Amino acid sequence: MPVLAISTQNLRKVFGDKIAVRGLTLDVCRGEVFGFLGPNGAGKSTSLKMLLGLATPTGGYAEVLGRPIGHTDIRSKVGFLPEHFRFYEWMTAWELLHFHGRLYGMAASRLRQRVPEMLDTVGLTPHQNKQLRHFSKGMLQRIGLAQALINEPEVLFLDEPTSGLDPVGRRLVRDLIKLQRERGATVFLNSHLLGEVELICDRVAFIKAGEVIELREMSSFEEERTLVTAQVRNVCENTVAGLSTWAKEITFQGETLRMRLHSAAMAPLALRHLVHCGAEVFEFTPSRLSLEDRFMEILGRDEGQ
Amino acid sequence: MRIWIMAGVTFREAARKRILWMALAAGAAFLALFATALHFQVEAFQHALVSSLVRKEVLNNMLMTGLYAADLLTVVMTILLSVDTLSGEIASGTIQAVATKPVHRWELLAGKWLGFSLMLTMYMAFMVLGLNAITYGIGGIVAPHLHYGFGLIWLESMLLLSVTLFFGTTFSTLTNGVLALGLHGLAFLGGWIEQVGALTKTPKAVNLGIIASLLIPSEALWRRASFEMQSPLAGALRLNPFSAVSVPSPLMVGYAALYTLAFLALAFWRLQRRDL
Repeated sequence: MPVLAISTQNLRKVFGDKIAVRGLTLDVCRGEVFGFLGPNGAGKSTSLKMLLGLATPTGGYAEVLGRPIGHTDIRSKVGFLPEHFRFYEWMTAWELLHFHGRLYGMAASRLRQRVPEMLDTVGLTPHQNKQLRHFSKGMLQRIGLAQALINEPEVLFLDEPTSGLDPVGRRLVRDLIKLQRERGATVFLNSHLLGEVELICDRVAFIKAGEVIELREMSSFEEERTLVTAQVRNVCENTVAGLSTWAKEITFQGETLRMRLHSAAMAPLALRHLVHCGAEVFEFTPSRLSLEDRFMEILGRDEGQ
Repeated sequence: MRIWIMAGVTFREAARKRILWMALAAGAAFLALFATALHFQVEAFQHALVSSLVRKEVLNNMLMTGLYAADLLTVVMTILLSVDTLSGEIASGTIQAVATKPVHRWELLAGKWLGFSLMLTMYMAFMVLGLNAITYGIGGIVAPHLHYGFGLIWLESMLLLSVTLFFGTTFSTLTNGVLALGLHGLAFLGGWIEQVGALTKTPKAVNLGIIASLLIPSEALWRRASFEMQSPLAGALRLNPFSAVSVPSPLMVGYAALYTLAFLALAFWRLQRRDL
């Protein structure tokens, strides 16, 4: 039985007559990087706020590190980077980290070591005495990450951590997340950048209207190599039509044949059919569904803005 | 401990944004103007045959005018300083990174209250004690019952601070400012209605003024403070506009203290319950 870092049961939030989170039920294991995906207005941010004790649930129950959400003691083991990181802009980068460290109750001696360490990690050492008002969006995101990591949290909540970052910054975030996983921390990642999620998450939850629609291991996408692209010649209409036994969404243009197999196991059967019907097959490549494809499939093209 | 961290940050923010220094600089200009006017007045006394009684009354009247202006400035400073601190941080999301730390929300609020109260106490000390020091240095008098008068002006400021912080937990910055200033305006008008009513012996007007003071007793505290600090003769003869004809009772002062605590408690309660 895995040890849970986050556990929710029918977590619900209602604002007046609007249901923001209908009934969120999920478990996140300790040490995993968990992606929380959904279109705008799906209730992701509200769910995150409830888990962090910023918003009070209307119903349901949730625990973080085995204690009910909102418990003050737990927060010393939690780090959080809000989506639109705003902070006291009159502070310098050094002062900001020092202030957050003190709020975490860290000793002065520990902070003397940890603050320069974190500034170095996020590449802001040359800017440590600059006021945050002079920081670019990317620099603010980096210092925001540093404040979330200053206490070496056991659970790290990141809300759109790569927003506003250039490719170097995004790489830094990915590396930092991997580092957290290596040291055994749990990362709860809310992001729209599915390519990033795909690279670092162990599991993802698709959220729609405040409910978990699907929960997937990232490795399971590998098992679903159902998209096939083939380069073929000498194919007649009957041959293409015959593929519908094993596949759907079949298109044939020029010499390129595309189809979605009913399951990965159908690939040899479809290939055998083509060859048996006299087609010349130059390429037959099954590929897996990307996270973005799955996102659109589950959550709908019109809502996935 | 975390209250002091928040108090320190609140204080440093005002200092770093130069709010505190600008307020003190404007206050210094205010004191310089007052000192110059007082100097001219004392100089005029030296060339004229004026009894020491009249001299003392005129100087006390000038001091009361200065204190009246200082009180108004304190009211405005209190509201301006604190009006954006909670509503602004809630609206911008700044509070989220702080409120998710192992710190109780009441500690956040108490820290801010403490930081602002420390700053405002410094400001009031500079203005009220500065005015009295100048009057003593040039004219040789200070306001009677100065410590009590100072305490009442301080309580007036703390009352408005608590009210503004409470509104800041619920309303936007602009609404908060309009509400706090509007309420104090109500108390201000109520105070004058009570004074005029007492002068013209109109009990209904006096009662209306008292009701306004019960709604928000900030102006009543100033009227009690002015009553304490004016010269006894001016008070008895109603020689200046600050001589309170209808003096707020010690019971009203006690009510104001409870009012301050109640609004602070309401602010704690509201911040604890609301979503951030």
